[in-house]
Amino acid sequence: MAEPLLTMSGISKAYGPVRVLENVDLSLSAGEVRCLAGENGSGKSTLIKILSGVVAADGGTVTIAGRRLGNDARAAIDAGLSVIYQDFSLFPNLTVAENIAFLRFVAQGRRWNNIAEQRRLAGDVLARMSVDIDPRVLVETLPVASKQLIAIARALANDARIIVMDEPTTALTRNEVTRLAGIVAALKDDGVAFLFVSHKTEEVFSFCDTITVLRDGHVVAAGAVGDFDADRLGREMTGRSIAHERIARADAPPQPVFLETRGLTRRGDYADISLELRPGEIVSILGLLGSGRTELAQTLFGMVAADSGEIRIGGEPVAFAHSSEAVEAGIGYVPEDRLTEGLFLDQPIGDNITVASLEQSASGGLLDRRSLAERARRAVERLRIRTPGIEPPVATLSGGNQQRVVLARWMERSPALMILNGPTVGVDIGSKREIHELLVGLNRSGTALLVVTDDIGEALALSDRILVMVNGRITAAFDPRTADEDTLYAAVTTGGDR
Amino acid sequence: MSRLVALIASPRSVVFLTAVVFALVIGALNPNFLSVATLIDLLRNSLVTGIFALGVMMVLASGGIDVSFTAVGVFAMYATVSLVLGLDLPMPVVGFFVIAALIGAGLGILNGLLIGVLGLPTLIVTLGTLSFFRGALLTFVGTTYISNVPRNVIAFARTNIVRLENAVGQLVSLPLAFVVLAGVAVVVALMMNVTQFGRKIYAIGGSEEGARRIGIDVGWVKLRIYVIAGGIAGLAGMTHFTLSRMANPFDLVGSELDVIAAVVLGGARITGGHGSVSGALLGALVITMINTSLLSAGVPSYWQKVVVGVLILVGTGLPIAIERFRSQRARLARPA
Repeated sequence: MAEPLLTMSGISKAYGPVRVLENVDLSLSAGEVRCLAGENGSGKSTLIKILSGVVAADGGTVTIAGRRLGNDARAAIDAGLSVIYQDFSLFPNLTVAENIAFLRFVAQGRRWNNIAEQRRLAGDVLARMSVDIDPRVLVETLPVASKQLIAIARALANDARIIVMDEPTTALTRNEVTRLAGIVAALKDDGVAFLFVSHKTEEVFSFCDTITVLRDGHVVAAGAVGDFDADRLGREMTGRSIAHERIARADAPPQPVFLETRGLTRRGDYADISLELRPGEIVSILGLLGSGRTELAQTLFGMVAADSGEIRIGGEPVAFAHSSEAVEAGIGYVPEDRLTEGLFLDQPIGDNITVASLEQSASGGLLDRRSLAERARRAVERLRIRTPGIEPPVATLSGGNQQRVVLARWMERSPALMILNGPTVGVDIGSKREIHELLVGLNRSGTALLVVTDDIGEALALSDRILVMVNGRITAAFDPRTADEDTLYAAVTTGGDR
Repeated sequence: MSRLVALIASPRSVVFLTAVVFALVIGALNPNFLSVATLIDLLRNSLVTGIFALGVMMVLASGGIDVSFTAVGVFAMYATVSLVLGLDLPMPVVGFFVIAALIGAGLGILNGLLIGVLGLPTLIVTLGTLSFFRGALLTFVGTTYISNVPRNVIAFARTNIVRLENAVGQLVSLPLAFVVLAGVAVVVALMMNVTQFGRKIYAIGGSEEGARRIGIDVGWVKLRIYVIAGGIAGLAGMTHFTLSRMANPFDLVGSELDVIAAVVLGGARITGGHGSVSGALLGALVITMINTSLLSAGVPSYWQKVVVGVLILVGTGLPIAIERFRSQRARLARPA
């Protein structure tokens, strides 16, 4: 290939005694899509911050198109670098056109706001991407996938030649990912280079030409995507072999049904859902984003109401008006987005663990602090949460450990049924396996688990039964001992998006 | 039906409709109410609130909140009058406004430094400076009424743009000070829409982190916002002086919440990113109408507070309720 567009060489960075990056090299040619893979804490985000000029490196150089960049965010933007963060950093209160033009206008140091030019620029860029979005609407009214396209359009409007995307497909449905891949391919032909930061192995292989793997601040592997397969990538990222076959377990003795639904329907979300769940059983509901899986899980936990159909717990029909009634009935729910729905991020780990079971440490309306701390400490030990103590805020933990805190909170209540919505979203593949093992252990001790997920590997590793949900209906059931990934993939994607 | 729903789906139109209905009801009780004279009277009475509201709107659009502006206004007004009278300078009326705006902007620098440079929370800072500016005024500048107003200021106050008799024979008039409101409104409207600075204010209100990431110097923009808001508050204070023809250091402070209510009724959001000049002015007119017309209709003045409160709750609550109802309907309309 020709002279690389971007060269980072010998990048080192330390925060105090902690060496975050050590002699990291990375290059990117025009029209290349490179994946920067690595677990949380591997130094990915620090490397991106150095590249974008937000953080100064201790050593090494960054060169874009032959020009050496210092620690200057403006210079990086001027050199044609654009970073698209996971939250897109758009302005929800402004129009699509203004969002697209804003970066360019700021970069040019404009004083006046030319609305006609804004419209024209936005129209041109959207046309170049063959995207049909009305430039006059407010961004807050758009779905996530469109916001991402606008973030790309904003980078292109400022003549970006290198686009860095952080976890670009996390919130997209399968169709939207395909569309994004198409747009990326078209822009590649125009000579735009992409750097994808990701740890989702599927998208690494479908999007990228080359891979750089970071582990503990070192480049441990780099090369063409053809040199890697999922196993090797996992091994390089974690430094060990990660098993992903079904976790072995003893068969649970047959027991009467705990949860049962009959013809459960909520118009527009899901229809005619009938399922059974026994104590000691793990059932996965495998469905894509938008399949109605989350609404179903929320209905079982009393957060949204079904229009018709029946839910029975232990043979008795129930109608939850509120999630507190579901909790009373012995159900726990771990939400999809633990950061906004599940955890009190700024509060201590201990308080997060015991907040749902305060009555166990209370007498006469007064809380027993010592008993609370004791229970929190035991839970930290049992779930192997890696923390120096129970006092630090949850925000200081890694994704996998945060998820364990949510699990610990519910386990304090010893629920009869736990509903887990995306239990390992945003969790590194190494700790993912550990969480799966924890869940199987929890299940063997008597708690039924209903796992709602779009991760086929997770459903296979974890479940006793897999139910496939497409467009609001359960379309197939599989036995994970005999099913394979390809069959499940086909079952989940037939029918496509609504 | 759906058109009516669309009409009441934004806070601004709820407020506007309520104001119209309100005016009709008062008009039914008091037939003299619905007249050009009333409208002019209303404009006159909302001049000060309107100017203040324009400054507050800028701050709300950036995602901040300012409660110190009344203290800035009264400080700038009283200090200007004391200064000019103390030095016994021959000062044209425009000079009074310029000095008051400069003093207001100077006080705004303190807000701006604390908020923009040190990054402190806006409510805490402006609560502090509200008390600080007012205390400093009463401690160091003076506590007495100044009623020997210079002759040219009285002449300015007596110059009217419009003057007519209402149905019961009282004179109503729109003083020349209306020009100040109109001027500030035009300048702020241009600034918010035509300059990059104004768009950056909305951008920061929409997503401060996002603004930072595309290279906007957020602290510098905020500093300028509070300086300009301070200058506008100074102009409002001076306008109040010319209308009342007396400098009272105890005036104005206490009306913060009325002004903020006016701006919120005009469609600005406490969470930032929204707000317009026309909305702020509409809000100021509605608040003033409620405060003055109930009195003229013989309703006890405590009712004003009740009406304003209900209007805020309905004006901001109804659009949210409608939005929920709509998304529920959209879900039911989707194919299962």
